[in-house]
Amino acid sequence: MATAAEAHIDVHGHDDHHDHDHEQSFISKYIFSTDHKTIAKQFLITGIIWAVIGAALSAIFRLQLGFPEADLGWLRPLLGKWISPEGTLDPEFYLALVTMHGTIMVFFVLTAGLSGTFSNYLIPLQIGARDMASGFMNMLSYWFFFVSSVIMLISLFIETGPASGGWVVYPPLSALPEAMSGSGLGMTLWLVAMVFFIASSLLGGINYVSTVINLRTKGMTFSRLPLTIWAFFLTAVIGILSFPVLFAAALLLVFDRSFGTSFYLSEIYINGEALPNVGGSPILYQHLFWFLGHPEVYIVLLPALGITSEIIATNSRKPIFGYKAMIISMMGITFLSFIVWAHHMFVSGLNPFLGSIFMFLTLIIAVPSAVKVFNYLTTLWKGNIVFTPAMLFSIGLVSVFISGGITGIFLGNSAIDIQLHDTYFVVAHFHLVMGAASSFGLLAGVYHWFPKMFGRMMDARLGYIHFWLTFIGIYSVFFPMHYIGIAGFPRRYYSFTNFDAFSGFTDLNMFISIAAIATFIGQFIFLFNFFYSIFRGRKAPANPWKSTTLEWTTPRVPGHGNWPGEIPKVYRWAYDYSKPGAEDDFIPQTVPFSQTMESNLPHENDMIALEKEMDAEEIVVHEAKH
Amino acid sequence: MATTATISKKNLWGGGVEPLKASYGKLMMWFFLLSDAFTFSGLLITYAFLRWSAPAYKGDPDAFTFSTEYWPIPEKVYEAFPGFHGVELPLVFVGLMTFILILSSVTMVLAVEAGHRMDKKGVVKWMLWTIIGGFAFLSCQAWEWSHFIAGTDTATIGDVVINGVWKENYEIFGANLTYNQYGPPAFAALFFFITGFHGFHVFSGVVLNVIIFFNAANGLYERRGHYEMVEKVGLYWHFVDLVWVFVFTFFYLI
Repeated sequence: MATAAEAHIDVHGHDDHHDHDHEQSFISKYIFSTDHKTIAKQFLITGIIWAVIGAALSAIFRLQLGFPEADLGWLRPLLGKWISPEGTLDPEFYLALVTMHGTIMVFFVLTAGLSGTFSNYLIPLQIGARDMASGFMNMLSYWFFFVSSVIMLISLFIETGPASGGWVVYPPLSALPEAMSGSGLGMTLWLVAMVFFIASSLLGGINYVSTVINLRTKGMTFSRLPLTIWAFFLTAVIGILSFPVLFAAALLLVFDRSFGTSFYLSEIYINGEALPNVGGSPILYQHLFWFLGHPEVYIVLLPALGITSEIIATNSRKPIFGYKAMIISMMGITFLSFIVWAHHMFVSGLNPFLGSIFMFLTLIIAVPSAVKVFNYLTTLWKGNIVFTPAMLFSIGLVSVFISGGITGIFLGNSAIDIQLHDTYFVVAHFHLVMGAASSFGLLAGVYHWFPKMFGRMMDARLGYIHFWLTFIGIYSVFFPMHYIGIAGFPRRYYSFTNFDAFSGFTDLNMFISIAAIATFIGQFIFLFNFFYSIFRGRKAPANPWKSTTLEWTTPRVPGHGNWPGEIPKVYRWAYDYSKPGAEDDFIPQTVPFSQTMESNLPHENDMIALEKEMDAEEIVVHEAKH
Repeated sequence: MATTATISKKNLWGGGVEPLKASYGKLMMWFFLLSDAFTFSGLLITYAFLRWSAPAYKGDPDAFTFSTEYWPIPEKVYEAFPGFHGVELPLVFVGLMTFILILSSVTMVLAVEAGHRMDKKGVVKWMLWTIIGGFAFLSCQAWEWSHFIAGTDTATIGDVVINGVWKENYEIFGANLTYNQYGPPAFAALFFFITGFHGFHVFSGVVLNVIIFFNAANGLYERRGHYEMVEKVGLYWHFVDLVWVFVFTFFYLI
């Protein structure tokens, strides 16, 4: 096994190896593969499995919230002693469910599943590279993620239950094993899994960034990169700079939990007994955590926005509106994401003056976000829109991004946040803008690039049904939550009927639960479509969406090294759709301006000289080499 | 080769070239170091946060005594030197440690330089000196730690919890992760955590250096035609050095 993998790496060491058609063993082809396309599929399928688990957990706690009186005894075969003899859900397990739902969805589905899949799959294919800079590190990245997944999965099944302090795992709750049962072994496993996860994300991130900088094909300048690549590039930069701070925070928490230090702990009483810890600060953890936690929002969102840019331009048959504005907005979002973290801490006793600074910085993010939204809308405007399932999900993303983003402006105001903090209003906000938007981006990406990944088409009709169920479902779940939140319902509560103040809205909660479970069931249409089409789907043409980018110039199923023969050169940007005068309504990036005299703009005619120079250089280099 | 160089000058970001004139491996090392710098920043911010939320010593520096009530003056803590028991030599030993580490960075530069000249003997020689410097630093740190853990001749009186039992007016000698004779619990906990995390980096660096040393000695890089691996590990080694300068400033000077 090891020798197979090593031999494999050696092959990659030689740059000029163009024919990769040698036979590989099953293990080096599908399991310990260093091919970015296989690794992407591994990330995708692991992510899909996690998504099903994460969504199933939410279905269970929605049952509890929507039907607090219901007898859940029928779940006993699955949940065992977490269902009490009276048939109710164990309150501590309820907390474990929300914690694990958050952890799984944020990290395992929307970070690893989204970036891991599409950065890996699209970066080499869209910049014109044979593979990632280091295939071996790429493989390690997946397998660290796999180990992390296994540990996190095991923690779901241990006797004391998984981590239960919320996905943010604030100390002291998470630091003291005696605080709740989930803070015991479950929390330890959570931290161990996250350390592996951070290592995986780092290995992936530095690989993505180095690949984009160094391995672009001839002519692929940064200003010709598809917006997907820009998005993945900036996402990787955010990950490289923010995850290490979570790593530091997690290590300090490990020491507080296991080695008797008091970094986050001070003056705590448990059952009337004073703990010896003095001098620490739980607020310190919040600062360190949210320094990752806020950029993390953009780590899950930016790839989805990049995917959407690509799909909307392709299926509107129009150039993306404001290409440069899109890049500058994404850079702005990247930069701002690092200096707004304390808006999660307005009610933590933060100095109100500091709060107003963070409020100001937070509200600035609305500007680049709005630029992106308007660019999507103006790209759609008067386009020859082709409503593929991918396109529907992309338009859906724009919709949920607007409705979830607007509530972000409410919450970014420190004065309003004091009222709305930790209510269902917040839950509604971030599920729409981050959860639903990113999931829509993920689904759009799968529908759009499935033909390249597996060489077959997904069924469009099932895709439409899936889209409408999901779209209506998502709004039915999260729109009513705004009302519940404004009414003051706090999040993470096990039961509202126990409090007079919150005993209203039971009908609305019931409605949300039914919608949530229906949406969850709707996803099985996608699962069926996905797995069925891998084996039985209609065979895809090489370029089914008539797209301009490089990945569609590969064979139907690209082999090792992506392009047989030479890597294509790039002569134009990625968005030459419906160019006046052109024969087709799209011109691939590989077509030189010298071949499209009829549609060239004046300044593009000047590029022809440069093209000739580039081609001439190629010959000189070849001669110099031989 | 010559033609490629002229082309890359003409269109640096045009694709098909390495725009930063660095291989992907070197880029990756830089990005890793950037990331690691953020980890250390997180830890040093933690230090600052806890350091300034603890009460400071307000009295006359000459009349300073250890107490768990306030943060100690660093010069009064780190004043021992092996073989000079009872002599006050503030920051002399840590100064020596710092000097050794910086010297090992110099030898690393010389190794990299020898690599540029394809001078195998030079690389091997200077890598060996770098490794010796690394081990010397780690040994000094081991002594520093053991002295810090053992403590001074006189105890500090404070309240502590040992195995879950409160002990009032307990005679504290030395330090562990929960309490220490020098100051508040966070003082020693941060010392162990941050210098330990840095020491672990130095240790990893020494391991890498040893691997590179053997590879260079066996002629692997000579056969490969370049000594880039020495450069990459050199980057890491200088980074570890640079981080020490910050750790040193935070713990010993402020």
